[in-house]
Amino acid sequence: MRAKRFLPLAAFGLLAGLLYKGLSIDPTELPAARLGQPFPAFSQTELKSGAAISEQALSPRPALVNVWATWCYSCRVEHPYLLALAERGIPIYGLNYKDDSAKAVQWLEQLGDPYRLNIVDTQGTVGLDLGVYGAPETYVIGEDGRIAHRHVGVLDEAVFRRDFARWFPTQGASEGAVVTQGGNG
Amino acid sequence: MKHVLATLVCLATVGLCHAVIETYEFTSPELEARYHSLSQELRCPKCQNQNIADSNAPIARDLRVVLYEQLEAGATDDEILDFMVARYGEFVRYRPGVDQNTALLWGAPAILLILGAIGLAWHFRQRSAQPVTQLTATEQAELDRLLRDSPS
Repeated sequence: MRAKRFLPLAAFGLLAGLLYKGLSIDPTELPAARLGQPFPAFSQTELKSGAAISEQALSPRPALVNVWATWCYSCRVEHPYLLALAERGIPIYGLNYKDDSAKAVQWLEQLGDPYRLNIVDTQGTVGLDLGVYGAPETYVIGEDGRIAHRHVGVLDEAVFRRDFARWFPTQGASEGAVVTQGGNG
Repeated sequence: MKHVLATLVCLATVGLCHAVIETYEFTSPELEARYHSLSQELRCPKCQNQNIADSNAPIARDLRVVLYEQLEAGATDDEILDFMVARYGEFVRYRPGVDQNTALLWGAPAILLILGAIGLAWHFRQRSAQPVTQLTATEQAELDRLLRDSPS
């Protein structure tokens, strides 16, 4: 009978615990459905050269695939950090997502070009196959060509160290942390 | 009064048709019906808590186009849902399949029903198990006196 008296308290404790855990969950962060799968096959053109490229062109690996567009404000925020990563020798491939190619070329001329190459994805079909739902997004392709990680939103030093550095052990060290800020959008 | 009623009816029905207005030419009314039911069931990955029929987000528009094209190409509902889930995960369905993550969600009604039944059974057993107390002789005498003396 005495135990029964504490039943409401136990129920409250359980509920409070669940709600507290709920506070720390970010509902906008979706698990990537493509994790562990090979990068989806595509045949698109390359942004600057206009050459026809396929998923075979994404080499050397491990590498980053960065989804960007000139209409994406956060991509501008992220851009200096990508330049810094490229400087460290990390291969970055761009997916120019639902963008105007002329504007994209202009952007790279003005702000610098961190990308080894850029997949032109005007219709967003490669993005769709990849499960992209906004920009910027950054993927890690492992040495075996499989998608190892996805980050939604601006990539910065803190995120890189936490989630990305393990795939790039030799290029992980940075001289000066580049500070970027901004949100997903 | 009639006007007030008419206004109320109008207001009440406004919410029913706020879906995005787009025109797709379907080759058969059956495809159109499937388009509507699937676009209600698929969830927009960007603006969560909206289905792709209601959402104005670019990604929702893209998914509607894909849905339309696949329906016209003769894909079954399952094929289309699998296509979406392969890219955006179970999240994209408002009726996710049963797996490790959703088992609790699907099982919750049954579990709650069983818990409720157990609770109810326990409650009734407690009540019937309560001993019926016999009055002592003095208590009975007191009761009789009270009943007799009470003004009726």
